Amino acid sequence: MTHPDLCIREALILDVETGQEQLADILIRGGTIAAVGEGLDADGVPEYDASGKRVSPGWMDMHVHLREPGQEHKETVHTGCRAAAFGGFTAVACMPNTEPPIHTRDVVEFIVERARKEAVDVYPIGCVSKGRKGEDLAEMADMKSGGAVAFSDDGSPVGDAGLMRHALEYASMLDVPIINHMEDLDLNPHGHMNEGEVSTRLGVKGIPGLAEEVMIARDALIAEYTRGPVHVAHISTARAVEIVRDAKRRGVPITAEVCAHHFALTDEAVEQSDYDTHTKMHPPLRTAADVQAMKAGLADGTIDAICTDHAPHAPNEKDVEFEAAPFGILGLETAWGLIGRELIRPGVLSLARAVEAITAAPRRIMRIPMPRIAVGEKANLTIFDETTEWTFEASHIRSKSRNTPFVGAPMVGRAWAIYNKGRLVESA
Amino acid sequence: MTTESESENVQQDTTNPDEGLRQRHLLGLEGWSARDITRVLDTAGQFRDVLERPIRSVPSLRGVTVVNLFYEPSTRTRISFELAEKRLSADVVNFASSGSSVSKGETLRDTARNIEAMKIDMVVVRHASAGAPSFLTRCVDAVVINAGDGAHEHPTQALLDAMTIREQFGRIQGLRVSIIGDIMHSRVARSNLHALTTLGADVTLCGPASLLPVHLDRLLGEEARGQVRITTRLDEALDGCDVAMALRIQMERQGRSLFPSVREYHEQFGIQLEHLETYKDLIVMHPGPVNRGVELATDVVDHERALILNQVTNGVAVRMSVLYLMSDGRKQHE
Repeated sequence: MTHPDLCIREALILDVETGQEQLADILIRGGTIAAVGEGLDADGVPEYDASGKRVSPGWMDMHVHLREPGQEHKETVHTGCRAAAFGGFTAVACMPNTEPPIHTRDVVEFIVERARKEAVDVYPIGCVSKGRKGEDLAEMADMKSGGAVAFSDDGSPVGDAGLMRHALEYASMLDVPIINHMEDLDLNPHGHMNEGEVSTRLGVKGIPGLAEEVMIARDALIAEYTRGPVHVAHISTARAVEIVRDAKRRGVPITAEVCAHHFALTDEAVEQSDYDTHTKMHPPLRTAADVQAMKAGLADGTIDAICTDHAPHAPNEKDVEFEAAPFGILGLETAWGLIGRELIRPGVLSLARAVEAITAAPRRIMRIPMPRIAVGEKANLTIFDETTEWTFEASHIRSKSRNTPFVGAPMVGRAWAIYNKGRLVESA
Repeated sequence: MTTESESENVQQDTTNPDEGLRQRHLLGLEGWSARDITRVLDTAGQFRDVLERPIRSVPSLRGVTVVNLFYEPSTRTRISFELAEKRLSADVVNFASSGSSVSKGETLRDTARNIEAMKIDMVVVRHASAGAPSFLTRCVDAVVINAGDGAHEHPTQALLDAMTIREQFGRIQGLRVSIIGDIMHSRVARSNLHALTTLGADVTLCGPASLLPVHLDRLLGEEARGQVRITTRLDEALDGCDVAMALRIQMERQGRSLFPSVREYHEQFGIQLEHLETYKDLIVMHPGPVNRGVELATDVVDHERALILNQVTNGVAVRMSVLYLMSDGRKQHE
């Protein structure tokens, strides 16, 4: 439903940079913020009562899979945007492992066109290599002109070090990041879960953290040499965080993101759930020590952003024996409730830092302007709280798929609505 | 036990509700109590007697339908289960993945549900994916018996091994058993480790470092960790050992990553005749099929202290026992 005119009443507006809050009304006219202040005269426009809730610039998830084109039975741009809106996100960046992959400008423009009428901004990520094959560079400059904000062969690593070098050189010219799915495939030929105590007990082939760490170390060196910005997709091990921390200290242009499930669950979940395929994702759930390192990395800024790696798979694809199941789980609907539960309530992150990790951080990495809550700006905002205790239910899923381990899980903090592109989308 | 009345004795003896097994399915031996394992072994002993009679069958599972669902090639285990089922007078259906609906792309759930729709009571499953048997328990109401899942567990193998050891020594408590070979990929090693430590044996795991999984020392709960020792030296594994259990080496694993060659494996980890001469009381076991001249020198395979064929015979008895005792779960469920 379009709401070009709306008055949001009594919102506690969060300034992400300073952490300061202001209690005020926000008057939106024609999708643009017309006034911010106390006791505004709404002049008869529809009102949204935000008392007891907070408002921040709209959230962004920099790592999702929308599956369109090619795998529309899992997700579409439309259903993915619905899931994003439920989770409080006004923007997502979608990975290019579609069919065909997002490796040419026309596919980029197709995504942009499909998202035009959605309340959520969709930023396509183009392929690093043609066909996502890891051999020849894709036409990055052309894709950037069509709207691509970053480049990645996600799902697969850029395994060839020479190709990575040239991709980063080219990316430095375009001022866009290369997002690498950090994994040395020689160190992980056939794994299905974290290699460790639990995989040994369960008899499941493991994916060693080493496969991730070796690739991050390599890319940190290539980024240092080329000065091209590299972004670590879905970081998941303690040692990987140390490598990024050291590289940042040396001034390497490197950034990192962590998925919510990597600080909310450990590989014990595979055993406790009796091989439930909803605990199978890539990178895999790691150990309690790794979870602690994710939290510490977020707190000290080594890890810049929080993302979801929202990866829909149809129920029949996941309802199989563990090793036959595809990797990945949904994430958009559950991210904030997990951030509240695992990071804000226990005091790991301040509210402002947590919101920064899903607003300013991803946009800084992708060179996307940060929305501001100020007169004259396009209204792009999220209405939320960080305290509501609720239980995530299957009925909350807005994705076309159902593959989440969090049905029945306690959540802390709720995104109540987003406002973007002249539209209000409520979650409740 | 040639008459029906005698076989009824077995039935009466084993259906005492106070002594039923705690688990409805046999997915693995992790978590099984010494009492339950001993109960399976005791009952297997009775069925072992049946196998020595001129007429080797009892009517215990008459009217019960069992399907053998084999998604991996297997000769020995499948035949052993099938014989066990037939000797208990069960109706038996065999399903192997080749030439069936699996090759047409049907999911495990659908295959299992289709078979169950034909009114099946028990499913014996062999699958390359660890956890597939527990997945099956979520798909069907039948009692599920694991005949080997990936590198996870092969519980009936460990039960027949325990039976064979107990037969030889009269006990398991206090024995020292070494499991030698490809521990990483071995469901036999995992099931044996659980069963043998639960029954009070000390277990040594021995193999090339590249075939020992990470955190092997943490495979068991803390209370049992003292019973496990890990070594990459065969002489350490054999010194003071009562039973050496060699594991089958998969030939395709030599070469690039896991071990250099079968020749070198045999030199470093193969049990030779000299070992049997040095260790005068050492008993040798192998889950089969044996690669002669690889895990065991060919003279060792045929040695009087190799119990490989006893294991095979006990396999039928143990599977009869398991099927018989687990069929109670089916009745309670109804």
